[in-house]
Amino acid sequence: MTTDFRSNVAHALKQDAVQTHFRTVVDRLRAHRQAALTDDAAFEQLRSRCRAIRADAIRRLPDLLELFESNAQRSGIQVHWAETTLQANQIVLDIMRRHRATFLVKGKSMVSEEMGVNAFLQSHGIDCLETDLGEFIVQMAGEKPAHIIVPAIHKNRREIAHLMHRHFPGLPYSEDIETLAQSVRRFMRDKFRAAPVGLTGVNFMVAETGTLCLVENEGNGRMCSTVPPVHIAVTGIEKVIARLDDLPPLLNLLTRSATGQPITAYVNMINSPRRPGDKDGPDEVHLILLDNGRSHIAGDPELLKTLHCIRCGACINHCPVYRQIGGHAYGTVIPGPIGTILEPQKQGLDAAAGELPQASTLCGACAEVCPVRIPIPAIINRLRWESVRKNQQSQNSRPVVPGAGSGRKSLEATIWKIWAWCCTHPGIYNRLTKLATCLRNRLPADMGAWTVVRKAPKPAQVTLHERLRKMDIDHE
Amino acid sequence: MNDARNAILDRLRLSQFPDSAPVKRDDQNDPVDPVLGPDERINCFINRMRAVRTEVHDASHDSWLDILHDVCQVRSLNNLLVSPHTRWGAKIYAAARRFPALKDYSQSIEDWKSELFTAVDAAVTGAYGGIAETGTLILWPEAHEPRAMSLVPPIHIVLLEKSRIYNSLTEAMQIQNWTLTGMPSNVILLSGPSKSADIEQTMTYGVHGPRELIVILV
Repeated sequence: MTTDFRSNVAHALKQDAVQTHFRTVVDRLRAHRQAALTDDAAFEQLRSRCRAIRADAIRRLPDLLELFESNAQRSGIQVHWAETTLQANQIVLDIMRRHRATFLVKGKSMVSEEMGVNAFLQSHGIDCLETDLGEFIVQMAGEKPAHIIVPAIHKNRREIAHLMHRHFPGLPYSEDIETLAQSVRRFMRDKFRAAPVGLTGVNFMVAETGTLCLVENEGNGRMCSTVPPVHIAVTGIEKVIARLDDLPPLLNLLTRSATGQPITAYVNMINSPRRPGDKDGPDEVHLILLDNGRSHIAGDPELLKTLHCIRCGACINHCPVYRQIGGHAYGTVIPGPIGTILEPQKQGLDAAAGELPQASTLCGACAEVCPVRIPIPAIINRLRWESVRKNQQSQNSRPVVPGAGSGRKSLEATIWKIWAWCCTHPGIYNRLTKLATCLRNRLPADMGAWTVVRKAPKPAQVTLHERLRKMDIDHE
Repeated sequence: MNDARNAILDRLRLSQFPDSAPVKRDDQNDPVDPVLGPDERINCFINRMRAVRTEVHDASHDSWLDILHDVCQVRSLNNLLVSPHTRWGAKIYAAARRFPALKDYSQSIEDWKSELFTAVDAAVTGAYGGIAETGTLILWPEAHEPRAMSLVPPIHIVLLEKSRIYNSLTEAMQIQNWTLTGMPSNVILLSGPSKSADIEQTMTYGVHGPRELIVILV
């Protein structure tokens, strides 16, 4: 069975150079994180604390969202709600039109990727310029980010040098990273200055103060939210936290888990648009709260842990599957383990992303490094079960996960039912395993998908039960 | 868009589990941030800031103007953006002859965007506080020291009183009493010059914000 995902994977596995490059960069990120975790006990305490902060926030999500909204509005921030990405895009477009704006500068935001806002606005004649260095490289290449923290992780400096040269033929060709970054700086400065609107994401929304918190190193997020007269922030409804003093532990955990930094160069806390007397800052700050399936995920006590995520990318950096296939093969906005549990819940188990839970070895590395202790392997297992579960026909309610039961095959289900029956009937079970040992040399070498990359399994000469009996071990 | 708002909130309320216990926020058992003595705190702050390519000068009330003068001279700055209305700024303006041409951010950004972006060599601002644990400056922009001063000019020079260096961000929030109504429109935590590791995870400085950050401790 060939699906988009499988052909993506096959393609990715053939690209040796890209794979090697991915591994080098991912290893570097892991080393940085490791070096930043000097005190295990303190780190574990911090994780527990942040897990509680996030769990509390998601449990009280509707109340905190309302509290945040009223505080933000009191400070003059305009809050918009969108059930779908289309609604969110439409809100952005309306704001652009009201200001007769034909282009915007953009800070890095995974929610804006989820919205596909660039393509949407493009189709209405509005240009979006990615200003984060990595995102700009990806945009020049006409690609999508391959990592949530390091978007251009898949590109080496030579490819970037060629891209720059193609887009800026006037500049001398250079593979020097410093030179490349400075060229981008010069180009962007004029854009920041001229842009009528800046769009960014949000890392945390603080309910008790109505604060938008953005974390970054380059300063482009600050540019987008400071210099243009209008700032539009887009975020998922799950990013809210209750209190301002929840912020320090989360910031600490986020940056160390992501890149091993004790803190980023900039933590930007936006409380309001320009106030009387202020000489800069945007006159209008808009916040778009996007649902797009999140409120549905919040309806299951196990699955809602998916919403605790703070998007540090540590699970991605430690995933053996991501390491092999890279970010693009997933075919989703968010790749890696967190994408594997989040995207099928949003798009449905019957959509392309529904196959992602199969792309896991369940090794558990993601759960081990997750700063807020999301049990990713358990949720992967749950989604595998959801995809083959028998749907209850009785209630007219929506399934817990969209597309649940879509992977169920009646033949497979029958085989497993027989297998379960055999396992609970020792006489039959013993006879069947005995039969397998007798036929061990006659089993086919070709066992479908299993034997494409593996040898066919060969039963032992004697069954385990027989062998134990010979050793005088009897547990029955 | 009220429809969307109500639909989302309704869905969230419907899906809540009334029987689930509130999440235990074991605040009193939260790990306490390390408390350092005054000297240790200043040293920690200096080391952390230097580790992220920030030039830190240990000055006194008598020497900071001289150090600022040297900082400007070494870089042959042509001008300096600084407010005459702050405590630091007033002293700099009083000694204006020793410094490059002084500029004041006296109008709205719209009225001088192009000059701000192309013709300002460096800006001097005060800091509202410092954080030792992470090597961070707290900027509290107000009318005289607007947000763009710490962002647009290629060099940013910050004056900070040593007595305002706190152990941690949490401590700074508590002592300085950060609240909904007390905060300016934008609070910035600043830890080093602008940087990026987006190309091959190799660090490069001065990507969009200032290339150089210089801190003078008083």
